[in-house]
Formats: sequence, structure tokens, C-alpha cells
Amino acid sequence: MARFAAKKTSKPGADFVNETYEHGYSFGTQDYSFQADKGLNVEVVKQISAMKNEPAWMLNNRLQGFAEFEQKRNPLWGADLTGLTFADLSYYLKPTDNQAKSWEDVPPEVKETFDRIGVPEAEREYLAGVKAQYDSEVVYGSLKKTWEKDGVIFLSMDEGLANYPDLIKEYFGKVIASGDNKYSALNTAVWSGGSFVYIPPGVHVKMPLQTYFRINSEAFGQFERTLIIVDEGASVHYVEGCTAPQFSSTSLHSAVVEIVIKKGATCQYTTVQNWYKNIYNLVTKRAYVHEEGKMVWTDFNMGSKVTMKYPGFVLAGKGAKGEVLSMALAGAGQHQDTGAKAVHLAPYTSSTIISKSISKSGGRASYRGMVHISPQAHHSKNTVVCDALLLDDLSRSDTYPIEKVFNNQVEIQHEATVSKIGDDQLFYLMSRGVSEEDARKMIVNGFIADLVKKLPLEYAVEMNRLIDFEMEGSIG
Amino acid sequence: MSFFSVKDLRASTDGQEILQGINLDIEEGKTVVVMGPNGSGKSTLSNVLAGHPDYQATGSAILAGKELLNMSPDERAREGLFLAFQYPVEIPGVKVLNFLWTVYTQKYPDRSKRKYVSIVEFRDFLFEKATELDIAKKLLDRGLNEGFSGGEKKRLEILQMAVLEPKLAILDETDSGLDIDAIRIVARGVAALKKQLNMTVIVITHYQRILQYLTYDEVLIVSSGRVVKTGGPELVAELEKTGYGQIRS
Repeated sequence: MARFAAKKTSKPGADFVNETYEHGYSFGTQDYSFQADKGLNVEVVKQISAMKNEPAWMLNNRLQGFAEFEQKRNPLWGADLTGLTFADLSYYLKPTDNQAKSWEDVPPEVKETFDRIGVPEAEREYLAGVKAQYDSEVVYGSLKKTWEKDGVIFLSMDEGLANYPDLIKEYFGKVIASGDNKYSALNTAVWSGGSFVYIPPGVHVKMPLQTYFRINSEAFGQFERTLIIVDEGASVHYVEGCTAPQFSSTSLHSAVVEIVIKKGATCQYTTVQNWYKNIYNLVTKRAYVHEEGKMVWTDFNMGSKVTMKYPGFVLAGKGAKGEVLSMALAGAGQHQDTGAKAVHLAPYTSSTIISKSISKSGGRASYRGMVHISPQAHHSKNTVVCDALLLDDLSRSDTYPIEKVFNNQVEIQHEATVSKIGDDQLFYLMSRGVSEEDARKMIVNGFIADLVKKLPLEYAVEMNRLIDFEMEGSIG
Repeated sequence: MSFFSVKDLRASTDGQEILQGINLDIEEGKTVVVMGPNGSGKSTLSNVLAGHPDYQATGSAILAGKELLNMSPDERAREGLFLAFQYPVEIPGVKVLNFLWTVYTQKYPDRSKRKYVSIVEFRDFLFEKATELDIAKKLLDRGLNEGFSGGEKKRLEILQMAVLEPKLAILDETDSGLDIDAIRIVARGVAALKKQLNMTVIVITHYQRILQYLTYDEVLIVSSGRVVKTGGPELVAELEKTGYGQIRS
């Protein structure tokens, strides 16, 4: 299974310590059927909407988003975004004119991309059940027959808009308003791709819905828009994993994910983020949870230059639950500013936030979390646990928790620890015949083991491999 | 030359010399007891022999013809040295079973040399040994020493010893913090391995309690980083009467 991470066959050399490794498959895609000019203005927004034959309300939505994007400034907190130049980015790119209907229809260049990532032969068949996003359009994807039988909808957002305009109009932008922040506004203006998922009442989707996508063009921003609606008593696990080839200049990824969880429904959303290390990953994700519903965000951030992402939930119905399991790895030149946002609006709601970060080779990981308990949310509970592991003296870890509590019949807990890989731990493992490098890998994998356990098995295996890969040559 | 031979071993940390010229010769299969008051350098001796990075060591320590002092801790382990720690370290999330399987497969990279070919067979062996050492099976699914009691940690050290089958085992105050039943179990485990492997053993201890359950050939008294007295098992009884004070003077 090769859904994320470069698989290297060669042993990294000494320069790997300086994070200058190459994924080994840097290659371009020239055959775009349409690529918007660099820079963003009203005309580009109109052009994107026209290309997609969108209804008027969506165009208006985009234009409003664009206006808000222009008005809003970058956040004054979080990571340094000064390296991001909006005028240098291209906002829309369409690899082929039509979505492929079957594997035979997939253009050779796209197939080559999968080749180079190392998707095994057997898995290409399996791709029939996977939404694969290639650049900004979903070029290939078909629903499993069983899902269709149960009435499950799993489409690209563009297909969703074409086939279910009323459903999308009802929910689009309702969990995350376009003006929520500068990047949700930008996404609203120029979104393309992403998924639309609807799970009918009482349907439990057993196999995780998986999206595989990657950015593949220099200085190109990618703006997926995902909407998931889980109807009463239904459940689904949605998994996104990504990898990106080498670029020479900065690139922007700015997605918006909205999830609506109806009464008694459950959604788990898992992200394995391994963008190449020149990408700004500025993502807004939020779920609106009704009575007795449950949202679980499992968020793994390994790649990108800068990530700012705080998956959140609004616990709006009595007894609703939310959970964020966040893991970040920050290496040289990386800043992972991640965390969670928990809003309790109803009584007897509970939430748990577990954050684990690893900083190495001068990388910086920050936990930034907001817990808001409103006056109506009596008998609510929140637990926050932040553990940071520093692998050397160059690296940095920070914790920025905010708790706003407006009801006194609540239970709030916050724990934070920072640890280092100690000589005593290394010595202990090495005294059992384990090499220093393997000992470090063991300690790091052990540190995140309880979070990795929450991943589907094949992702868990890859995550451990990825950690091993990241740890190679890191002995200073 | 004897099986394990230490010559003029000196070790310092932070500019302070803790070991000031230790000499030691042990024949294969023999058990030597090292005793001494607090701060005498007993634990430093075990850490230096196993290669703790905090110490700069000079002199020599030759095990079965190989110099240990210029080897890293893992290389020393592969030469057959095992240290049962006085304070075993917690490694959260590294499951005991998986860890020991890794250790085992690294010890025998050649599959044909493995007594247990699969992790399932290995687990059965581990369960059997764990039962002998009165270690609850569920502990093998936990992180290494993670949340273990003092006694559980010490027993797990002996279980690790059983997996690694060392040529030379150093028990660093393995009896401290154990109740009498646990001491008996641990001593029995060591004695069984000693017999099975013709293992050479260095028992570092403060007390005589564990010695009631082990047979040993020689006793060394260490004080201020030197061996100040050597003798047979009768030295233990003498020490019981006179205390370390006499010996030091």
C-alpha cells in the first residue's frame, strides 16, 4: 500500500541530515488542458466557475469569498507566512478534459505518476474504489457497488454539485463560513476538487473511504473542498493521505473540510499529511455535531514547510462527543502549528484532545488549542493532553492552550509534558544489542504508538516506516 | 588469560575519577560477588563495563579474548555481555513482546540459527519463561517497564537475560527493592540460566539476602573505586560481623 511517503530504495547519504534528500521522482506534468494565469482577481474566479458550469449561487459564493479574502489579513499568531506570495501562484489547473470512467481511460501521464509513487500493481485495481485526486481535479474514481446499494454518495465535489445541487446548497459553507479566516475565504473563492460524501440514516460504512491526492505542479496552490454529511445513526471513516514530489519554489495547499454529524451518527476523519517540505499547508476543518453524535479527528502531520491546522468540532446537541488525536513531526525548516478547537454548546457534551509532537534537526512544533464551554454546556467534560518529544537541542516545542469556560458545572483537565530522548533510554536499549539508530526509532515509534494504533492497519505500518525513514541518519 | 579479565580499569565522569584501577579475573562459568558500601563504585563498574556514555574509561576489559572498552554498548551485548539494571528505564509504547522479538531476531540474523522461527513460537517461549519468573502475561503487551512496579522491572530484566542468553551477566543490585519471595524467584531464574548456558555471573549487591539463593565462587570488596579485599564465600559471613568499616580502614 503506497498512499503516502516516498519509498526510498537507496540509503540516504550524509546530506540527509540537512534535510536535502530527494524523493527521487521529481518530474513535471505538461499536458494540462487548462491552466489559469498566475495571480488572483475577480476574472480568474469567474473563469473557474464558468469552466465548471456552476450554478449562479456558487459563483456568488466564490465572489463573496474572494472579497473576504482580500479584506482579511494573515493571522497575527501562528507560523511565519511571509514566504507566501499570492501573486506567484496559479489558482486553477485541470489535467484532462473529462473525468476518466475506468482505468483504461486514465491518461498515461497520470498513470506514470502512480508508477513513480510506487503504487503496487495489485493496488491499481483497488484504485477503482479510491478517489484519487490528481492536481486540482479528481481524474479518476468510481464508487464501490456496495456503497451505491446502500445509498452512500462518494463523489468529487464537482460531481456532487452537478448531481445533488440542493443538498450541497443546504450545507456548503454552513459549518465553516467563508469569512472564518483568510484561507477559508480563499478556498471558497477558488476551490476545486475535494470530496462530497453522504451517508444515509443507519448505514455503517465498514471500509474506510479513502482519498489519494497529490500536488504536482510548481508554484501551484491546491484548494480542495470537502463536505461530509453523516445522517442519523450512520457511521463512516474517511481517510486522506497525501504525498508530493519535489518542487523548487513554495506552494500553497489550503483545504476546507466541513462535516455534519446528525443525531447519533459517528464520523472519523483521518489525515496523513506528508506534503513536500516547501508547501504551506493552511487548512480549516470543522464538524458540527448533533445530539449523541461523535466526531473523531485523527490528524498526522509529517510534511510541509508550514502547517496551520486545528481540526475542530462544535458540539451542538446534548451528549455530543468530540475527539482530536493529533501527531506532528517537525524537522529542519518545518513549523507544525497544529492543535484543535473544541466548542461545547450543549449540556453533557465531552471532548478529548491528545496531541503528540516530535521536533528534530531544528524543527518547530506548536500545540495551539482552544476549548470553549458555553453557559448552556453544563455537565460537560474536556481533557487535553499534550506530549512533546525533542530529539535535540536545536529543536523547539511550544504549547498555546486557551480555555474559555462559561459554566461552572464542568470538568476540565489539561496535562502537558516535554521530554527528550535521554542517554539512559538509549543506553538501556543498546545494552540489549540494539543499534543507536534503531533505539531512536523505537523510542519515537513508541512515543506515538497509541495514536498510530487508531489508523487503519496499512496506514499504521506505513506510518512506522515513515518514522523510521525520517529518523535515518538523524544521529548528530 | 581468564575468560573475563579486567586490568587497571579507571573511569571518570565530570573530571572525577570514580574507578581507580580495578583488576578482576573470572573463569568461565564462575560466579563472583562484588560488595561494597554506598558510593564505592560498584554500580559505576557495571555501567562502565556495559559502556555507559557518561564515563571515560581506560585500562582493559577482555571478554572471551575481545576488548570491550572500545565497543559501543550494543556491540558489547552482541559479544555476550548482559547488564541487569539497578534501575531499569521506562520506554513508553515499545511493547515488551515486540521489543524482545526484535532483540532476538537481531541476535540471530540467520533464520536457520533461530530456535523460534515465528513470533508466535517465540511468544510461547516467552510466556513459559514469564510464568517461571512470576511475570503476568499481560505485562508483555505493555510498554517496556512502562508503569511496572519495582519488582516487575527486576523480573523483566531476568526475562530479557533469558532471551539474550549471555556469556557474562552482571546483576546490578538486582535484589534491591525486592521482597523475599521475589528475590528467591529471581535467584532461581539466574541459577537456571547459569546451569543451562555455563554463564559467567557478576553479582553486585549491598546485602547478603540474594546470596542465600545463589552459589558463588569468589567475593570482592570494593571501596573508593578499588578492590580492597578478595576471598571465598566465607568473606560474606565475616562482613556480616564486622561491616564495611573494618575493611575500609
